[in-house]
Amino acid sequence: MSRELDRRRFLRIAGTGLGAGALYTVWPTLGRFAEAGELARRLGKETGEAPTPFTFVQLSDAHVGFDGPVGTRAFEKAVDIINGLPTTPDLVLFTGDLTHDTEKAGEHASRMTRFQEISARLRVAKVHHVAGEHDAGLDGGDLYRSVFGPTFYSFDHRGVHFVALDNVSRARPEVGAEQRAWLMKDLARFDKTTPIVVFTHRPLFDLRPDWEWFTSDGDEVMTILAPYENVTVLYGHIHREDHHALGRARHHAARSLCFAFPDPETTEDKKAIPFDKGEPFKGLGLRLVDRHPGAPGAAALQVRDVELAMSEYSGTEGFNQILRPATF
Amino acid sequence: MTRQTFVSLAAGAAATAVLAGGSTAARAQEPRVVVITARRFEFVPNQITLVEGETVKLQLRSEDVTHGLFIRPLGIDQDIAPGRTTEITLTPRQPGSYRAICDHFCGAGHGAMKMTILVVDPPVAGGGGASAR
Repeated sequence: MSRELDRRRFLRIAGTGLGAGALYTVWPTLGRFAEAGELARRLGKETGEAPTPFTFVQLSDAHVGFDGPVGTRAFEKAVDIINGLPTTPDLVLFTGDLTHDTEKAGEHASRMTRFQEISARLRVAKVHHVAGEHDAGLDGGDLYRSVFGPTFYSFDHRGVHFVALDNVSRARPEVGAEQRAWLMKDLARFDKTTPIVVFTHRPLFDLRPDWEWFTSDGDEVMTILAPYENVTVLYGHIHREDHHALGRARHHAARSLCFAFPDPETTEDKKAIPFDKGEPFKGLGLRLVDRHPGAPGAAALQVRDVELAMSEYSGTEGFNQILRPATF
Repeated sequence: MTRQTFVSLAAGAAATAVLAGGSTAARAQEPRVVVITARRFEFVPNQITLVEGETVKLQLRSEDVTHGLFIRPLGIDQDIAPGRTTEITLTPRQPGSYRAICDHFCGAGHGAMKMTILVVDPPVAGGGGASAR
């Protein structure tokens, strides 16, 4: 077996979609291959830390301050669920629209403070954010940076390279030449098989352009990432779960913590799914999907390099579904 | 830009001068002008009708902040800055109904800011009116 093949199988990522977010488990298949020790050392050298098992959670689109019936209840519930997970995640990645925009003086800053108050309840080691257009679209990201820090950055964690990309603060759905140049430089030190997780707000491909579900220079970003064999892109913005495999990269959207959008394949108009008092978390709930190799639909989640298996709790009937998982 | 559409972008008087050319013949071929005004959170008008193969000049203006006009199938992705007129010369090649959106985030109602560009078949000589397929 070639070293390249071993490395492709070396690190696996399994995702457990929480509906109101997604839980990912990363573990190296140490001991399964003769060269595992050498591979661990190589990855450790590239990312500064040898790969070891860990989990992380993706949350998205809380829109704190949005005048809707759910308010911050879904966000707060998600925090409770994460704190109750049997395995404490190492990280929480928040993929934008932490807050809802407002032009009332001082109010947007208050909403960011409120977001931080709720987020601070998370009993995890580290929370990372990217901005959504509702956080950073009106002022070029100035307020966001003053509260949360840079809008794009990268870090390494247990053998995985994480890249936060900003495709909102230029007001238009684009990353921009400056950030693309930074990305090329940021990735240059890595071997092509290094596991890379990109997290951003808008999809980096044309999911539904006339709903503004795209990034205008997303193709150029993905061209920069194309040489890398283990790329997973996590995003939000579309307020619904979605999975696409494009080239060697896998793209996964997490649900919103505020309101849900419908399936763009089934409707022309981009209108939020109406709130249902009887099912307040409809579309925001938890779903469980166990990946069954060979089962219909499972193939799309299988990756050669970073294997992503999704498990999600049914969101169609609310958070109480967590104890009554449906598999399909 | 798609193969179906020819679009040229220019700003203000410079483009007008080039297109007009100053001659009588050139003036006779000047495209029809369609004015679209953008303001939070609407386009006015919110629907225009164009004819397949007819070159038109879209004059885009903003009454307040910077907006965008984005129509992927027609190859249009244009910022509309306040205080000036931005022109797009367009020759639609494919009849249909195209949704245009503002893709420059402009505030809380941004997501609902859209309009329709209807491209219809050219009228048949001696026949009935134009229609979108």
